[in-house]
Amino acid sequence: MFKATIYVTLKESVLDPQGVAVRGSLQTLGYEGVKDVRIGKKIEVILEGSSREEAEAQVKEFSEKVLSNPVTETFTYELEEVVSCASQ
Amino acid sequence: MRFAVTIFPGSNCDIDCIHAVEDVLNASVTPVWHQESDLSRYDAIILPGGFSYGDYLRTGVLASFSPVMEGVKKAAREGKLVIGICNGFQILTEVGLLPGALRRNSRLKFRCNFQTLRVENARTPFTCDYEQGELISIPIAHGEGNYYCDDATLAELKRNNQIVFTYAGENPNGSVSDIAGIINREGNVLGMMPHPERAILDWMGSKDGARVFTSMLQYWKENCGAA
Repeated sequence: MFKATIYVTLKESVLDPQGVAVRGSLQTLGYEGVKDVRIGKKIEVILEGSSREEAEAQVKEFSEKVLSNPVTETFTYELEEVVSCASQ
Repeated sequence: MRFAVTIFPGSNCDIDCIHAVEDVLNASVTPVWHQESDLSRYDAIILPGGFSYGDYLRTGVLASFSPVMEGVKKAAREGKLVIGICNGFQILTEVGLLPGALRRNSRLKFRCNFQTLRVENARTPFTCDYEQGELISIPIAHGEGNYYCDDATLAELKRNNQIVFTYAGENPNGSVSDIAGIINREGNVLGMMPHPERAILDWMGSKDGARVFTSMLQYWKENCGAA
């Protein structure tokens, strides 16, 4: 059993209106050192796979196809072997 | 001419679209649940607005994998008319029938008001009843209508006259080049954020949306046969 943690973020070239709004709030609160905020998603997936390579191939495939939109977003992932679903 | 209106869990403009076809065209229209995949009986498919699958993950993405979208893709390949309105536009970009993507509005506000649009291309099956460059008033209602595509795609859209509607005057959502609606390269799949079905009768405040539907019927009569 594997646990994949996928982080989906907007591409650098794509404006993040939510991030801009949060940056403004943080700066208003006096956090003057805050220069930029980008908001993304963290998605955890538990999956079965006979090998790490097989699980990784699946994670890459569904992250490209479903979890992220390649027009506006990019993703990174971490993959770890876990004993069962209950171990997360 | 036979219309289908697809219904996903969370669609909420489906009844309005059915009324638009019935009231404006007096044509046959059938609601089609998202689990059905055979759309071969229909000449035109309308993907209505709403919040399919609660907008979970990204707007339109989960709907884009439902069985009915196989039928929509097939209809598009066969040259049938497909129009996605608001959430329907988001679904059409997610499924790859239209380029680009729709992001959250630039000022994060859900915008719900009449908007003046310019008809940039009146030579499509969806706009042939409008004048080129005509200004029309159609309402918008969306939080994620901020159309985005990269520069190369934008250049291609312009080169092929694929930009069909733009926001004249104020741009309500930050979309690139003020885009409100685009068509595919082949010219049979349209996506637009404004709601033409909400502007078909006088009491609605505008009848300017009705001609999207009359255009489709006119095109179909001229190219595909009888009514």
